[in-house]
Amino acid sequence: MTHQGKMVSPMARDPMLPRLFRIETMKRELSDTVTMTLKPEDGGAFPFKPGQFNMLYSFGVGEVPISISGDPADETVLCHTIRAVGKASSALAALKAGDCVGVRGPFGTPWPIEECYGSDMLILGGGVGLAPLRPAINAVFAQREKFGNVVILYGARTPEDILYFKELKAWRSRFDVNCQVTVDRMTGKWNGRVGVVTQLIKGGGFDRPHTKALVCGPEVMMRFAIQALNEHGVTNERIYVSMERNMKCAVGFCGHCQFGPTFVCKDGPVYRFDRIRDAFKLREL
Amino acid sequence: MAETEGLKLLLKEAAFFQDFDDATLNLIVPCVTSKTFDAGQYILHDGEPADTFYLLRHGTVAIELAAPPRGRLVLQTLTEGDLLGWSWLVPPYRWSFDARAVSLVRCLGLDAKRLRTLCEQDHDFGYALLQRYVRVMAARLTAARLQMLDLYAPTPVSNF
Repeated sequence: MTHQGKMVSPMARDPMLPRLFRIETMKRELSDTVTMTLKPEDGGAFPFKPGQFNMLYSFGVGEVPISISGDPADETVLCHTIRAVGKASSALAALKAGDCVGVRGPFGTPWPIEECYGSDMLILGGGVGLAPLRPAINAVFAQREKFGNVVILYGARTPEDILYFKELKAWRSRFDVNCQVTVDRMTGKWNGRVGVVTQLIKGGGFDRPHTKALVCGPEVMMRFAIQALNEHGVTNERIYVSMERNMKCAVGFCGHCQFGPTFVCKDGPVYRFDRIRDAFKLREL
Repeated sequence: MAETEGLKLLLKEAAFFQDFDDATLNLIVPCVTSKTFDAGQYILHDGEPADTFYLLRHGTVAIELAAPPRGRLVLQTLTEGDLLGWSWLVPPYRWSFDARAVSLVRCLGLDAKRLRTLCEQDHDFGYALLQRYVRVMAARLTAARLQMLDLYAPTPVSNF
């Protein structure tokens, strides 16, 4: 968006006011998951950082926090991968190309890509948790020479539930990336790994004291992934996790997403693990 | 002699045997043979005597169970550095699952009968071996429990 010829950050607007976006493409990824690309009706750019999220508004139904899953290098297109799990997300997933949605954002803390320069990168995702990691993977690939070894570990429920299948194949075919995929349950003619994603960590391919890990997936998976990372010499201050809570206002006013002394919407969703370790262990938080 | 030293080196490469001292490795080496399995070949079968277990050096092995009418179910895959088989530790010393080479598999076969005898004769050795094996079994049990949780299933109730 421009104001007197200058680029204006989307957040210079009222953060509670949705901006109108039109759906350009709608792609079915899995039986309950779609990826939509969006363009702003006002024609402006939409800069964001990997790991940030938007509040997507399905008119007449409700708002839902969804991680941005596109390439941060392309500010002209906004990309979201949505799993239909409730009323608002199901309504969004049922939209078609040409329909409009309201967008507030980008909100939240990003993956610390610049802080990871010079480190080996271990990017570990489970299920649709790969979506918030994809912009980070794009960012790492865009400046590949700034990182050491890059290891991508991904776990899905079954072979049919593997998100971004074509991209995972492309990442696996790269000479400068170690990309491993596993499924919890084998179906059909799957000839790959079977077992939980945490077991892939022992495959190594990273220099323990010089590794930074980005982890996203169901909280139980993250808990066991962190345990496995610790056992393999990656300490908590080198591990970053993306948390999910019931976000409403997305700017730290309403308190719905309180997580210990923090609000996930503004202090997260990406946290350095040692800073939330105590809250992470508390039940029903 | 050269073959013995070669096998000892291969054992030392594996995380499982890395912190065994030379004297202990010298006890184990006579129980070790190098083996190769072609893709599709069965390495062990459910119900058969658990006389040899394996340390995988190359390739992938599927732990399977025949479950008619659903066919063969793959419970887990193992790769380089993994140990295949622990029924040799527990009476009646028979395998509980099938293991099939998914790709070409190179591994070390360890004579379980001889090792069981060694464990009986030398309790320090037996304790050291079992202590390491229990770690492997605990990790597999945790992994199996996580698989049972069906972590990526849709959340039953969602606000979103």
